[in-house]
Amino acid sequence: MDTRFPGFADPVLDAQACFRAVLEAMSRPGRIQPITPPPEIPPGLSPAAAAVLLTLVDAATPLRLAAGDDAASWVRFHCGCALVAGAAPFVLDPAARLLDLDPGTEEEPERGATLILEVTSLQDAPGWTLSGPGIRDTHRLRVEGAPAGFLPDWTTNRARFPRGVDVILCAGTRIAALPRTVRIEEA
Amino acid sequence: MADAPPATEPPSPPVAERRRWMGILARASAAEIEQHLADIPAPPPHRRLRGPETGLVMVRGRAGGDGAAFNLGEMTVTRCAVRLEDGRVGHAYVAGRDARQAELAALVDALLLDDAARPAISEAVIEPLAAAQQDRRAAEARRAAATRVQFFTMTQMR
Repeated sequence: MDTRFPGFADPVLDAQACFRAVLEAMSRPGRIQPITPPPEIPPGLSPAAAAVLLTLVDAATPLRLAAGDDAASWVRFHCGCALVAGAAPFVLDPAARLLDLDPGTEEEPERGATLILEVTSLQDAPGWTLSGPGIRDTHRLRVEGAPAGFLPDWTTNRARFPRGVDVILCAGTRIAALPRTVRIEEA
Repeated sequence: MADAPPATEPPSPPVAERRRWMGILARASAAEIEQHLADIPAPPPHRRLRGPETGLVMVRGRAGGDGAAFNLGEMTVTRCAVRLEDGRVGHAYVAGRDARQAELAALVDALLLDDAARPAISEAVIEPLAAAQQDRRAAEARRAAATRVQFFTMTQMR
């Protein structure tokens, strides 16, 4: 259960700053937000994903994690969360398919899962064209390393609103979010 | 936790032994630990993994040993986890808000995890602290014993 890796350098302020970045990312879909990562990252996680986990996950939110033993013991030590294999409010698993995750219910759509997705790079460049709530006209985002079949799955995910899964894209020390309301078209 | 530690980690000491020294460190003040730490070679640099941070824990009780558990009240506790350069991780949970005490206790806990160094550190730090705590307890018990009321005597006086 012990880990070799520390958490945030300043647990309170760094977690608040990261929470603010996630909030900004969710309210402005596709805008890239920089985050301050913890000083050392366990192998298997990107700095951004590690910071997001430290910020969002705690004892009340089970996590489905597939990033190796070091990452698992690190998350358990610092967040005190349960690691589960099935339905969980937060998911960081490259093998997880968008449509297999818990979308919540019509009565409680807020119970829908949040998928933390590691991608190769995030750029403010032509690639995907995003539109929907939080975007005035359209916004462009280039994502490299998204899983195969992500866009068709996303269309299906969006169609079941208010149920659905939200996604936080992580690359290096940058994040961008795709709330379930956003429309994605390939440019 | 059910998963076994990686093979590279040193074998951990028996739980009872570690529990004893963690308890002694938790009852010793920061100044006392510091004073005895000066008697051994300077500890290697350490890194804080978590804390020291202060929070509340719920203390639970059970009436009569077989009653239902109830919440006795909350207690202020400071905890700390430190890592030495060779990967040993020490933990401390101490009552109160003394962050320095928690960090020193965690550091000594990590030092004691080395089988080769344990006897010397135990001799220089843990045993003197244990003796001082034992003396304090005995002195308190003596003071309390002087005020003891012998109820059976009063019964006989009636």
